[in-house]
Amino acid sequence: MPAAAKKKRAIDRLLKPLVFVACAAPLAVLAWKFWTNDLSANPLDDITDWTGRWTLRLLVATLAITPLRRLTGWNRLQKVRRLIGLWAFAYVTLHLTTYLWLDKFFAWGDVLHDIAKRKFITVGFAGWLMLAALAATSTDGMVRRLGGKAWQRLHRLVYCAAAAGTVHFLWLVKADHRRPIAYGVTFAVLLALRLPPIAARLPRLRARLAGQPAPSSPPAPLNPPAADVMSAPDARPGETPLPRDAQEA
Amino acid sequence: MLIRHPPDVPSSEITDRALYLRRRALLKSAGVGLAAAAAGGALLEACTAGTADASVPPPPPGAKLSFVKGPYGTDEAKTPFKDVTTYNNFYEFSTDKDGPAELAGTLRPRPWTVSVEGDVKAPKVYDLDALVKGLALEERVYRMRCVEGWSMVIPWVGFPLASLIARLEPLPSAKYVRFETLLDPSMFPGQKGGVLPWPYVEGLRMDEATNPLAILALGLYGETLPNQDGAPLRLVTPWKYGFKGIKSIVKIRFQSDQPKNTWNVIAPDEYGFYANVNPGVDHPRWSQATERRLGEFGKRKTLLFNGYAEQVASLYAGMDLAKFF
Repeated sequence: MPAAAKKKRAIDRLLKPLVFVACAAPLAVLAWKFWTNDLSANPLDDITDWTGRWTLRLLVATLAITPLRRLTGWNRLQKVRRLIGLWAFAYVTLHLTTYLWLDKFFAWGDVLHDIAKRKFITVGFAGWLMLAALAATSTDGMVRRLGGKAWQRLHRLVYCAAAAGTVHFLWLVKADHRRPIAYGVTFAVLLALRLPPIAARLPRLRARLAGQPAPSSPPAPLNPPAADVMSAPDARPGETPLPRDAQEA
Repeated sequence: MLIRHPPDVPSSEITDRALYLRRRALLKSAGVGLAAAAAGGALLEACTAGTADASVPPPPPGAKLSFVKGPYGTDEAKTPFKDVTTYNNFYEFSTDKDGPAELAGTLRPRPWTVSVEGDVKAPKVYDLDALVKGLALEERVYRMRCVEGWSMVIPWVGFPLASLIARLEPLPSAKYVRFETLLDPSMFPGQKGGVLPWPYVEGLRMDEATNPLAILALGLYGETLPNQDGAPLRLVTPWKYGFKGIKSIVKIRFQSDQPKNTWNVIAPDEYGFYANVNPGVDHPRWSQATERRLGEFGKRKTLLFNGYAEQVASLYAGMDLAKFF
C-alpha cells in the first residue's frame, strides 16, 4: 500500500478518538480552572459562559461537517457529526444545569416563572428542548424506527436550535452584540451552504482547487426533491444510500 | 469549592500581571488544539473579542493614601483586592470582565485635568491635584451592587462629593450635576469601537449629589485607584447600581436639565436615570430580587437602596420608583 494511503487510513482510524478528545478538552480546561481556583471572581458566571459558548462552537462544528465534506471529499468526516452533536448537547445540558442549580437552586417555581417571563430564557430553554429531541433520536435504532426521511426532517431542527442559541445570546448581553452577531452570521453562512445551487458547486470547487477537471457527469441532485437539504446525510452517487448513511449522520 | 475564603489579600499576594497574561495565553494555546472541532466559532470570537495585547505596559502600582475612617461603613467581609481589581465592567477597555485589568496599562492617570462647567461660580479647567487639594480623604466601606446581579464590598478612599460641590459654588439654577469620562481611544482601546456612545456620561440630581453617602473616590484598599477601577477619579453612589459610578472623570457640569446618562440613552426601557437598587423593580430581562455576593455560593436578597434606605429613602419620597427606575 502506498505510504500516502496508509497515512490516510491512520488518520481515518484516529479521527473519532481525536474529535472526542477535542470536544472533551474545553470541559477539562473548565474543570482544571475550577479546581485550581483560576476562574474569575464570579466562577458561576464563568461556568455559564463557558458551557454556553462551547455549545455554540460545537453547533458550528457539527453544521460545518457536511459542507466541509463536500468541499474536501473526505467522506469519513460524516462519521464524527453525531459525536460532535452529542457533545454540543452535553455542553448545553451543563449550561442549563448551571442555571437550574447555581442560579436558581432548583426553585422550580422561580424557574417556571423565568421561562415564562424572561424572553432570553424562554428561547434558550426552547433551544435545549430541540437539542434534547435530536440527542434522543440520535441512535441507530431511532433512525431505523423513524425512517430516513422523517429522521432528516426532525433533525433539521438543529438550525432552529442554532438560531435559538444565537437569539438567547443576543438577548442576554447588555450592549456588546458582536459575538452573538458573529455566531448568527456563521450559522446563516452554514445554512446557505446547504442550499442546493450552492451545495452542488462545492464538489466542483474542490475539483477546481485540486486542479482536476470538473466531474464529467453532471452532479446528481443532492437529494430527492422531497428530502431535506439541510441536515440530511446527503446521499450522493457512490455513497451508501439511506438509511445506513443516516446512521452515521 | 466555590466559596473563597481569604477575606483580605495583602497586595503582595495579588497575582502577578505577567502570570495573568500567561494564563490567557495558556488558554489560547489550548484553544488551538481544538481547532479542528470549532475553529469557526473560536476564530470568530477571537476576531471580535478585542484580545489582550501583551505589549501594553503594566500600570504603575498604587501609591499609599492617607485617610481617616469615614462613616456609613459596613462590617461585612470585604471583597478581596484581587477580585475588586480583576472583575471589572469598564467598557472603555473591554466588555470582558477580565479585560480592563489586562488592558489598563494604556491609561495615564497623571497629569489629569477636570473641567468644571455650567451653572457654577467659576467655570474652569482644574488640575486634578489642585482641585482636590485640602479635601480630607476618608475610607468608606460600601456595598456595590451591579445591575447584572452580583455585588461586592469595597473599601473606597475618597471625599464627600458634597465637599467638592460646596467648594465649587454652583449657582441656584444648577439642579443636576453631569459627569463625563475621558474620551481618548489611545488610552481607552474600547473607545475605538462603538459598543457604547462615547464618552460615558452619568448624572445626579443635586440633592443626590450632596447626600453624604455620595463620594468621589481617588483610591481603594488604601491605595490610589487601579486604572481598571476608574483612575484617577470616580463616582461612588452605593445606593445605586454600579453603572452610576462613572470612572476616570474629566468633566463635571452643573446644569438645570436632567443629564442624559449613557445606559439610559442606549436602552431607556432597561436603565433609568435614577438606577436606584430596588429588588421590587426588575430589569426587563432579569430579576433584581436577588444577588450573588462575589465569593459566596448562595444568593442573597437584594435590599432596597442596597441597604442604604435610612440615608437616601427621603430623597425619593412620593416618587413612583417603578416609573422613575
